[in-house]
Amino acid sequence: MKSIIERIKQNKFWSFHGGIHPPEQKHITSDKPIRQLPLPKMLILPLQQHIGRQGELLVKEGDNVLKGQALTQASNPMEVPVHAPTSGKITAIKKSPIAHPSGMSELCLFIAVDGEDTWRTRTVCQDFTLLNNQQIISKIANAGIAGMGGAGFPTHIKVNTKSDINFLIINAVECEPYISSDDLLMREHSSEILEGIKILDQLLNPAFILIGIEDNKPQAIKILKQATKSLEKIHVCILPTKYPSGGEKQLIKLLTGKEIASGTLPIHSGIVVQNVATCFAISDAVINDIPLIHRVVTVTGQALAEPQNVWALLGTPVNYLLEQTGFTHHEGNNPLSTSPVPPVIMGGPMMGFSILNEQVPIVKTSNCILAPSKIEMPSAFDGNSNEVECIRCGQCADVCPSQLLPQEMQWSAKAKDHQQLIKLNLFDCIDCGACAYVCPSQIPLVQYYRVAKAEIRQQQQLDLKAEKAKERFEARKLRLAREKIAREEKHKKAAAARKAAMNKKTPEAGAAKSAVAAALARVKAKKATDATNVKPQETSTVPKETSTKIEAASNETQDEKSQVKAAIARAKAKRLAKSKTNKLAVSNSEEINNEKTDRCEDSPERKQNKHSSSDDKKAKIAAAVAKAKAKAKAKAAEKSQGLEVANPMNEQSKTINANTDTVKVDDKKARIAAAIAKAKAKMKTAEKLQASTSITENNNEEIK
Amino acid sequence: MINILIAILVVGIIAALFGALLGYASVRFHVESDPIVEQLDALLPQTQCGQCGYPGCKPYAEAVANGEAINKCAPGGEDTIKKIADLLGVDVEPLDENHEQDSSHEKGPKIAFIIEEDCIGCTKCIQACPVDAILGAAKQMHTIIVDECTGCDLCVAPCPVDCIEMRPIPETLQNWQWDLNKIAVTQLD
Repeated sequence: MKSIIERIKQNKFWSFHGGIHPPEQKHITSDKPIRQLPLPKMLILPLQQHIGRQGELLVKEGDNVLKGQALTQASNPMEVPVHAPTSGKITAIKKSPIAHPSGMSELCLFIAVDGEDTWRTRTVCQDFTLLNNQQIISKIANAGIAGMGGAGFPTHIKVNTKSDINFLIINAVECEPYISSDDLLMREHSSEILEGIKILDQLLNPAFILIGIEDNKPQAIKILKQATKSLEKIHVCILPTKYPSGGEKQLIKLLTGKEIASGTLPIHSGIVVQNVATCFAISDAVINDIPLIHRVVTVTGQALAEPQNVWALLGTPVNYLLEQTGFTHHEGNNPLSTSPVPPVIMGGPMMGFSILNEQVPIVKTSNCILAPSKIEMPSAFDGNSNEVECIRCGQCADVCPSQLLPQEMQWSAKAKDHQQLIKLNLFDCIDCGACAYVCPSQIPLVQYYRVAKAEIRQQQQLDLKAEKAKERFEARKLRLAREKIAREEKHKKAAAARKAAMNKKTPEAGAAKSAVAAALARVKAKKATDATNVKPQETSTVPKETSTKIEAASNETQDEKSQVKAAIARAKAKRLAKSKTNKLAVSNSEEINNEKTDRCEDSPERKQNKHSSSDDKKAKIAAAVAKAKAKAKAKAAEKSQGLEVANPMNEQSKTINANTDTVKVDDKKARIAAAIAKAKAKMKTAEKLQASTSITENNNEEIK
Repeated sequence: MINILIAILVVGIIAALFGALLGYASVRFHVESDPIVEQLDALLPQTQCGQCGYPGCKPYAEAVANGEAINKCAPGGEDTIKKIADLLGVDVEPLDENHEQDSSHEKGPKIAFIIEEDCIGCTKCIQACPVDAILGAAKQMHTIIVDECTGCDLCVAPCPVDCIEMRPIPETLQNWQWDLNKIAVTQLD
């Protein structure tokens, strides 16, 4: 520990494996101040601008919002709110393309800017040292701050830690070519950045604070050294320019010599890394109560007349920035150009991605918009890659900052050998693109890795899901077995109770006995009818011979099941109707039903009044069922069929009601018989129920 | 003669000793080998769809271990067949035509969706679902637990009002896959 500090004080640093020195191109924008842009007319704010999940919406279409007003709220620690970057009216909340390599659409808020730029009320904090840590963290969380270096990890999670912090590292490296936004921010707002660092110091209480900065920003170094002169704890560490020194793990290795083990976070080694732009946002949020609503964006490239760093409100469409900096469509006028639209890249040239739609907005993590000319970056224009076979030169392995084997990974990625890729530590790849930069065969290595990473993640999710499905399937099987045993037990008990009741020599028991005998006879008859079930019109005569008394009694049971039966009967009828071979049989049985219900039409209507409450309910259910059915039918455009089936349905329910009535007339004896019949009906399987439906209904008519 | 007898005796004793040693070791250090059924089950997609003709993935794994054809898993497709063939050391066969599912070739995985206004609450789909991914009660509207649905199709047929349909899983940023052929994303240097 001490030796680390001694080395740092002597400005001796470690180095990481590999790395490259691409042309810097920072001079294009680094000699001009940060420009304030006039307000754009429309802002497009994606609800999710960071890793994690989107917050809950607080506003609706047509609302007027003030500058700095929260538009979403976080209900989960991984959520980060979004604020209105200026005052205006929300004109739409809809899906719109966002800054993502997929070019996909996500939910965005559209704000029509009113130009007034009216702030909500703010409470400026004079002295943050009076606040306790929880207050500061909640301020940071409410300001919607997510890491501004690129990944967008919610800052309040990163700073809310209890473990001892040895090093707080401020990442001011900005190693990617072209980008100079952090450089300019340090030059123009060093005092605010220092305040932010002090706030972090209070929160984390680290032993040392190291500011890592590359030696290609002499002005910023001078200003930072000047500002931190009086503070013993803070060391400005000047690092040699090398890409990718700004990677989190690379920077830690450079400054402290420590390597972060694969799969662990720097916090486990007592190190927290924060971007310099995030420090600025923290000081703005805690001291001035300004949420994260704007950021410095480097708008650069030779296709622009005036490339410059600009203060861009979040949600500013990229084409507005390009317009403001004099974007010229050199190649756009040339019909022979292979690419119809000149490419625009979001992010730096090494890790950025081409954006497919210039309407995409600036988000919390966008640090650069690059519009190269054809001479500057020909590969961005011709689109198709000039990839040739790998010649196994091994240069990619020499430059890999994570000490991986890029060419081996490329072969495995092409072969989709996920096991091997995991063995080769694909997930330690930081997508820096150094391997692709040096590849003499122009293989877009990083693209292969990105695809493979996404595929492996997807596969892992599927595996998890399969595992869960298996568990649920097993649990269900267990549950069904348990229920079956419980049911059998219950039946056994019920049977025993019944037997005991019947063995009592009371007149009731005797009656019940005869009823059981009758029911048994009926079962036999039904079994016989099952065989001849194909022609329902013939079977109607068979049950007539069985005990009509029992039939009437069992109607109560039938009544309870009438809805289920009706649905089943309908489903069955429909299926039959669809297969046209059985069509005749169905229409026959329906005709019979219709005839019979017609016969007893007048009596049920009178009797229905007596049972108005239960009838109402039944009628409603029947109507709902009929409706649902009619809908499905209409979709299939079989209107005639639908009517045919729906009509007998309604009439069936009426008949059933009538039947209940006759049952009520019967005495106590009948009720006991009904209970027995009910128990028996329960034991019937679903198929039997289905098969017997038409029969019993026909029987009901006969009773009339 | 006596020499030969001694030699036979010595060799015989040594053989008996080693035999006893090996016999003891095989009992003492008995290794429970990973049963093939478990390994096969791990390769299957666990949709529990029953398209193979067996009530779930485990029963099919058991059947395959007992010599059933390896090409009956429609949701797993070619990949699963290849893996099973690898494991069992048999030839890869094309997917059985009888078990081919057209949806698996179209737009990727699907999950069930209940048109809730049409649902009558009959609970038939709940009974059909092999992974208990349908929530509801008698005469109450039912709905699918999206995260648990395996897209097995088994709930579609029992519905008396045809209110269940299979819908493709929408593509979001969370499940988006890089497709280099579709979008010309270029790494710039």
